[in-house]
Amino acid sequence: MIDGWELVVGIEIHAQVKSNSKLFSSSSTNFGSGPNSQVSLVDAAMPGMLPVINKFCVEQAVRSGIGLNAKINNKSIFDRKNYFYQDLPQGYQISQFKDPIVGNGFIEISSNGQSKKIGIERLHLEQDAGKSLHDQDPNYTFVDLNRSGIALMEIVSKPDISSADEAVEYVKKVRSILRYLDTCDGNMEQGSLRADVNVSVNKPGDSFGTRCEIKNLNSFKFIHSAIIYEAKRQIKLIESGESIHQETRLYNIDTGETRSMRSKEDAHDYRYFPDPDLLPLIIEDTWIENIKKTIPELPDQKKDRLVKQYNLSDYDAGVIVSDRAISDYYEEVVKDRSPKLVTTWVTSELFSVLNKKNLSISETPVSTGKLGELIDNIESGKISNRLAKDIFEEMCETGKSSSEIISEKGLSQISDQGELEKLVDEVLLANPDNVEKYKNGKDKLFGFFVGEAMKLSRGKANPKLLNEFLKEKLKT
Amino acid sequence: MKNDLNLLDARDLLAKKEISSHELTKIYLDNIKKGEELNCYNTVATEHALTEAEKSDIRRKEGKHKSPFDGIPIGIKDLFCTNNIRTTASSRILSNFVPTYESTVTQNCIDAGLINLGKLNCDEFAMGSTNKTSYFGSVINPWQSSQSDAKLVPGGSSGGSAAAVAADLCIASLGTDTGGSIRQPASFTGTVGLKPTYGRVSRWGIVAFASSLDQAGPITKTVEDAAVLLDIISGHDEKDSTSSIKDKENLFENLNGSVKGIKIGIPKEFESNDLPASTQKAWDECKQLLQSNGAEIVDISLPHTMDALPTYYIIAPAEASSNLARYDGVKYGIREEGKNLIEMYEETRSIGFGDEVKRRILIGTYVLSSGYYDAYYIKAQKVRSLIKKDFNDAFQNVDAILTPSTPSTAFAIENEPNDPVQTYLNDIFTVPVNLAGIPAISIPFANDENNLPIGLQLITNSFEEQKLLNIAKNVQDTIDYNHKPNKWWTND
Repeated sequence: MIDGWELVVGIEIHAQVKSNSKLFSSSSTNFGSGPNSQVSLVDAAMPGMLPVINKFCVEQAVRSGIGLNAKINNKSIFDRKNYFYQDLPQGYQISQFKDPIVGNGFIEISSNGQSKKIGIERLHLEQDAGKSLHDQDPNYTFVDLNRSGIALMEIVSKPDISSADEAVEYVKKVRSILRYLDTCDGNMEQGSLRADVNVSVNKPGDSFGTRCEIKNLNSFKFIHSAIIYEAKRQIKLIESGESIHQETRLYNIDTGETRSMRSKEDAHDYRYFPDPDLLPLIIEDTWIENIKKTIPELPDQKKDRLVKQYNLSDYDAGVIVSDRAISDYYEEVVKDRSPKLVTTWVTSELFSVLNKKNLSISETPVSTGKLGELIDNIESGKISNRLAKDIFEEMCETGKSSSEIISEKGLSQISDQGELEKLVDEVLLANPDNVEKYKNGKDKLFGFFVGEAMKLSRGKANPKLLNEFLKEKLKT
Repeated sequence: MKNDLNLLDARDLLAKKEISSHELTKIYLDNIKKGEELNCYNTVATEHALTEAEKSDIRRKEGKHKSPFDGIPIGIKDLFCTNNIRTTASSRILSNFVPTYESTVTQNCIDAGLINLGKLNCDEFAMGSTNKTSYFGSVINPWQSSQSDAKLVPGGSSGGSAAAVAADLCIASLGTDTGGSIRQPASFTGTVGLKPTYGRVSRWGIVAFASSLDQAGPITKTVEDAAVLLDIISGHDEKDSTSSIKDKENLFENLNGSVKGIKIGIPKEFESNDLPASTQKAWDECKQLLQSNGAEIVDISLPHTMDALPTYYIIAPAEASSNLARYDGVKYGIREEGKNLIEMYEETRSIGFGDEVKRRILIGTYVLSSGYYDAYYIKAQKVRSLIKKDFNDAFQNVDAILTPSTPSTAFAIENEPNDPVQTYLNDIFTVPVNLAGIPAISIPFANDENNLPIGLQLITNSFEEQKLLNIAKNVQDTIDYNHKPNKWWTND
């Protein structure tokens, strides 16, 4: 709700299928290769070239459909979407219009601490276009066809989303599911996952308002602010007595505003018709069943399990399962260790380092083995928690293991009884006045003795044992 | 001089070392030169052909010939992409296009050792029935009426392919057939033209006109040659998703010319008072001939075939409008610069395409437009299913169907009707076959009162080319059609 208005959002996600080759050709899909270096005769739409479906891309779409709790259609049809553009070599995009490969489904997101179902309308396969480069020459546009023909999944939600927060949650959840399934790398900066959002507003009880579509949003931040901006723009218009025109709008990442790209009247007539070069795509139930057997544990199931198995809070479990790689990392470390300690170390210490260095979990400077060893050293009392943080910092910088650092710097905690006794004696001998005061009832001075002993041991004294010895010595 | 050779003649001469491939190729290059006036070839690959012929001779000398037909020169419709040899689809928009790849069909020919003499003229993007839509000008039919020396159309769209075979400017040729483009020109030139079952021959590397109808096939001097050439070009191709996975057959080896016990259907819908008397007579004589050779003649009905032409003129342009979108001046072919992208498209496509192509792009764009799609395209698909069903039903009772190939014999270039619909009517007997995806052959049967060839069409069910060729051979061997155009174009 914004100022007494209800918000209705539907989202189309374009997710690049993770596959080594394109949807209808054998060209590579590597990102960042030289312009037009990954272009086959088919991708360049040379005369007489014909598309041949890549079975792996179909499998990826089926897998994604299963992950979205959706119906897999036994028969789907590839259509041609006809329009002219310089980076569309065929003059049409091969897509699926009336009969998509995946039908109705749903996912669950958390909204204001509660779970909410968002419906999936469909998922279909289509080709990506090439890329136009407008800034290479004052007079000409250059075209790079490396992306031309790469497989995309378009995932269309039902208009079940009612806030910008939910929209972000929804996209995050879909992205997370696809990453668990390994069907899309979800890399939004590289454009592997982008969203078009349809936004409308209405007064409670009224039917849906006229919607506007904002195209090509490639970060959660942009999705959020584009929706907020667009909703407010529409409310302002309606409240000043004007009406909303159905149109496609673009989001300006510099100003945070949306502007009209084309109105419904100017919309293309894509003249969809079944591609006569391709036969209907028939998917047997047995194949679907076989794919189902390969579906890994998905975020929702994993979260439930983590909460039960490790007694994690809902929140912590949510953070850990949000990314398959993080949860894999976590589960690797937590094996035979205290979940509480591991959770803290992963979600606060490790995450803060990753954030600071802008690294993903797969680029972590500290392997699961090394973090595990560090936690073992804490659990065994070899080092204190405080010392562990310093050691961790150094591990991140140097890549060394905690044991290496401990032995190099002699940081191992003093737990030896004789050594600790010597330490305590020294402190008490050096401070006879305070010993006297303590014995006369100044209990607070206990902290002073601990501090002095720690200083003397250069932080290495085992705090627990030190406390015990001090208490004992001061009694006598 | 060795002339008027067919594939089997040439095979034998080569085998007996009575001629080399190089000599043979030179003879035909020479014929092509003498026949320039017929305008059969868009591109003559003289050097390529002679080089390949020399290689073939070396192979044969070493006993390493690729097939018995290694070294035989043929002509290729300018719709098949040929590596390093200009491929234009007889359109200005591709007039400078040189492919870097070889179509599956022509590669199959190369693999059998056949020599490509050059690229044969055709209607622009295979759209036409008279060969007049070619950017490179009309092909002239080697046949002339005994009544006049007006230049006649060779038919189309494979007009160059048919005329070149009839005029002996190649031993055999390749064409494509979307609505009759092999059979109609074969009928107009006294040659044999075979349209195979859809999916029998790969479409990979052939400039697409209407993908669900296009099929490549041979135009030859004899039925045997048609079997040989189809054997060479057919087979599954994983690069074409609509290519059949059926095993290759040996049509030529199994050719026996038998019609014993074969039932031949005569569809009543093809009968018409407008049919020229000589065509009707040829049709009747062929029925009798087949009957006396042991076949049974059965009257049948194909109730929806008369709806085939309008159906075809929705489906084919719809697919063409989309297939031809790639010729936009961006990547290859000619480009006419404009002030912006849209203007460049408009200028390029305005000068790049001829009128008939533009007409069909417009029709196709129209019938696919939202609001018209259901009324035209969907409706046409439904009628197409009915036409298929007609044939399926008919083939429950008969083995083959016999019809005239065309409603008339060749007519003068200058007499082509101004109304395109009148021209479209040329394909009225051939179009239903493409919509049904089944095979058909046109064979010369007799000449009419003006000494112009009349072709008859035989049709069988899908993948029954063996039966089709057997019946065709039976007719051929019985009538011994041996008319030849007098070579008015040569100075010999």
